[in-house]
Amino acid sequence: MQLLHEPSPELIKEKKLFAEMGVSEEEFTFIESILGRLPNYTELGLFSVMWSEHCSYKNSKVLLKKFPVEGERVLQGPGEGAGIIDIDDEQAVVFKIESHNHPSAVEPYEGAATGVGGIIRDVFSMGARPVALLNSLRFGELKNPRVKYLFEGVVSGIAGYGNCIGIPTVGGEVQFDPCYEGNPLVNAMCVGLIDHKDIQKGQAKGIGNPVMYVGAGTGRDGIHGATFASEELSEDSEAKRPAVQVGDPFMEKLLVEACLEATKHPKLVGIQDMGAAGLTSSSAEMASKAGSGIRMNLDLVPQREKQMSPYEMMLSESQERMLLVVEKGSEQEFKDIFDHWGLNAVVVGEVTDDKRLTLIHEGKTAADVPVDALAEEAPVYHKPSREPAYFREFQKQENYRPKVGDYGTVLKELLQQPTIASKEWVYEQYDYMVRTNTVAAPGSDAAVIRLRGTNKALAMTTDCNSRFIYLDPYEGGKLAVAEAARNITASGAEALGVTDCLNYGSPDNPEIFWQLEKSTDGLSEACRTLETPVVGGNVSLYNETNRGAVYPTPVIGMVGLIHDTAHITTQAAKQSGDAVYFLGKVTPSFAGSELQKMTEGSIFGKVAPVDLEAEKRYQKQVLSAVRNGSVSSAHDVSEGGFAAAAIEKLFGTSLGAEVTLPHEDDLAGSFAEGYPGYIVTVPQEKKTTFEKAAPEAVEIGRITEEAEFTLRNKQGETVLKESVGELEKLWRGAVSCALKSKD
Amino acid sequence: MKFAVIMFPGSNCDVDMYHAVEEAVGEEVEYVWHNETSLEGFDAVLLPGGFSYGDYLRPGAIAHFSPIMEAVKKAADEGKPVLGVCNGFQVLLESRMLPGAMRRNKNLHFICKTLPLTVENNTTVFTNSYEQGETIQIPVAHGDGNYYCDEKTLAELRENNQIVFTYGLNENGSTADIAGITNKEGNVLGMMPHPERAVEELLGSADGKKLFTSIVKQWREKNAVTS
Repeated sequence: MQLLHEPSPELIKEKKLFAEMGVSEEEFTFIESILGRLPNYTELGLFSVMWSEHCSYKNSKVLLKKFPVEGERVLQGPGEGAGIIDIDDEQAVVFKIESHNHPSAVEPYEGAATGVGGIIRDVFSMGARPVALLNSLRFGELKNPRVKYLFEGVVSGIAGYGNCIGIPTVGGEVQFDPCYEGNPLVNAMCVGLIDHKDIQKGQAKGIGNPVMYVGAGTGRDGIHGATFASEELSEDSEAKRPAVQVGDPFMEKLLVEACLEATKHPKLVGIQDMGAAGLTSSSAEMASKAGSGIRMNLDLVPQREKQMSPYEMMLSESQERMLLVVEKGSEQEFKDIFDHWGLNAVVVGEVTDDKRLTLIHEGKTAADVPVDALAEEAPVYHKPSREPAYFREFQKQENYRPKVGDYGTVLKELLQQPTIASKEWVYEQYDYMVRTNTVAAPGSDAAVIRLRGTNKALAMTTDCNSRFIYLDPYEGGKLAVAEAARNITASGAEALGVTDCLNYGSPDNPEIFWQLEKSTDGLSEACRTLETPVVGGNVSLYNETNRGAVYPTPVIGMVGLIHDTAHITTQAAKQSGDAVYFLGKVTPSFAGSELQKMTEGSIFGKVAPVDLEAEKRYQKQVLSAVRNGSVSSAHDVSEGGFAAAAIEKLFGTSLGAEVTLPHEDDLAGSFAEGYPGYIVTVPQEKKTTFEKAAPEAVEIGRITEEAEFTLRNKQGETVLKESVGELEKLWRGAVSCALKSKD
Repeated sequence: MKFAVIMFPGSNCDVDMYHAVEEAVGEEVEYVWHNETSLEGFDAVLLPGGFSYGDYLRPGAIAHFSPIMEAVKKAADEGKPVLGVCNGFQVLLESRMLPGAMRRNKNLHFICKTLPLTVENNTTVFTNSYEQGETIQIPVAHGDGNYYCDEKTLAELRENNQIVFTYGLNENGSTADIAGITNKEGNVLGMMPHPERAVEELLGSADGKKLFTSIVKQWREKNAVTS
């Protein structure tokens, strides 16, 4: 059975059928000129997926060039499966983040599961052992049944895949906002470990070398997934459910082990994941990077459905497949490796010198196109950009100040906002301990895993407060990087680098493109100042429904190195009697704050500028204090402001605290957001040592035996006094309570 | 003393089990692939957690038929200690080496957290280093850990002192708060919580370490005369 009756090249042109594949008239003419003839249906399919935004970055390329991509420790920047950064002792960390938004919007379980599977393949295709997973998730408000369904489905999809494959899901974040209602964001990050000598590249070198297909068979699932990911969601999207792939984590577990064995084999030439655009992207990119061509016989491709057409095989996004190029004569050695794990390993073609991708099917040439045209020569667009009216409006607004009553009541309400509330309901479904390296589990600023056999550890986080980026893409972009770096620093690590996942609406809208432009400016500047180069990432555009676009959400995945496991620091206070310090500078601004959203139902106003130099200074002080051994806990101030951060330090500890607000304005001192701030606890006997390392830190109180939380203003008046136990109960229960609630 | 860690293709706590033995008790340990048919030369057998063959049908249902399981049964019959953790416990149940069955957790979700366990029987080869009634902190990580047995079996388990660990906080819905049971002879232990994840203070708890030292202690006592 063939799903589609394939139209002739002439009919495609005449009826403009290319539009159905997301190819514009201009692009079609360009393809025609590249080939010197009309493309057939299969060839047009190859171009359409390779030239989709998802694979070619045609709309974002001009902006991605701004990112700093180099650094002393960078071993591999953007362009390969994942970025690689040196962590001393001939070891390196490999990491990348990727989106699976559109699939998750129509089929949350499989969409999220295969997002995890895909990012794992990106990491082990570099030769690295995947050691940790993180997820950055965005949903609409947890009130509507559809949102609850998406949220529950995504979380179980991530759990189902990650738990089975046995890679701990150690961290991430979840935020809720109405703009994500029809278009949730599901970004998965994977971190891997590698010895320098084992680093692999996805290249098809050596004329005559065999091309091997390994892993699961090819089915009709996920056809045109990359194109689907590059358009807006609409009512028709449900019908695109077949474009969502189905995951098999057990198969991927076998694939990880077998491929890691293969990558250690000296006769492996190149390896690449069949991710978005499956067999097409892996073959075309591997050949293009090596300056070679590939000739494949599609009859040899393992298939799990009958009578698949070349078009279907090339565009399928069936999961758990990899493409290998090995030295001629070593085929059997690789087959043996895969056979041990019960996996397919089939020679499907060979490397050629003609720089063309040639596909043979049933004795006929099904496609014959230049590989560079597919992989490198996608048109690059610089879309028009326009400053949105809303932004001009916000810039003119007077400094907004919320009107609130009792501070204790405000804090209780804030702690129950799903964005701030405990995410236990989520992360207790993830196996975050498997492989027994997780030192800082989910719930702290950054997750920390130790590197067995060394004294080192890695800190990792994902962060992005999109409200600030919506209000001011440039300042908000800076803040996203700064916040991620604060998480890393607070855990005792030196920030190494960034992988970013840029989630935006349609770039065809000049106001969205403006958001992309300004926010990438902010991100670039912050990455440059904070010395965290961008070593890889992903762009996901067209995140919008008929109700509008999501907030610009460039999720920052950041990794840091802890040189000595003794420096690992978590956010929870450790013992009564410890002094509490504040390091940072409060800006009395409420634009984009959780408090503004909670009291007004929306966000607006002008965001305070982010001082990156100050940011860097504070980070250095925190880090040097951690390293001189004077810090017993550290936590950065983010959503909910100082009051929320201070109480979070007490959850799970049975301790209390008495602290003075870090600002003369009580409201700002308690609930303002968007400024650099750390709350650090220090044993009494180490205060002098601490102050030496962090001269700008101010002592503001102490940790108490009694589980009471007291905030005083600068005049010494009590502004809030609550039982920690009661606050904790509200904070812990809010998410599962929202899920159970019927309204 | 030499431990075997059985590796099914979908085992994923095999590495943790291996490290627990190697680092926490410093004894010899080797992986044994599921296609092997002999466990000659091993003094104890560990069945680790994971998803043995994907477990899409029912956890442990396929593992029960794998070649190595005959050898595991033989080792058990010879009186060697056999420990099944999490998926390993599920495999022991499916193989009828222990009574009862597993259901989905009562909340229908996977649960990963550290829970308090009570040592109900400190006379086994696995628990002789614990105090009777001691509370220990051991992580759980499972979707199907809701242990079930009928009343007759439960009465037998009680009568023979086969209930070794119970949950201080029963989150998965297990019958009689059961977290771990042995066979009648006491040399086969199945438990859902992961003692191999609790052998280092750095990772939050070292309460699981005594389970491994207990096995080694008993083996040394038994072999003291000959060595």
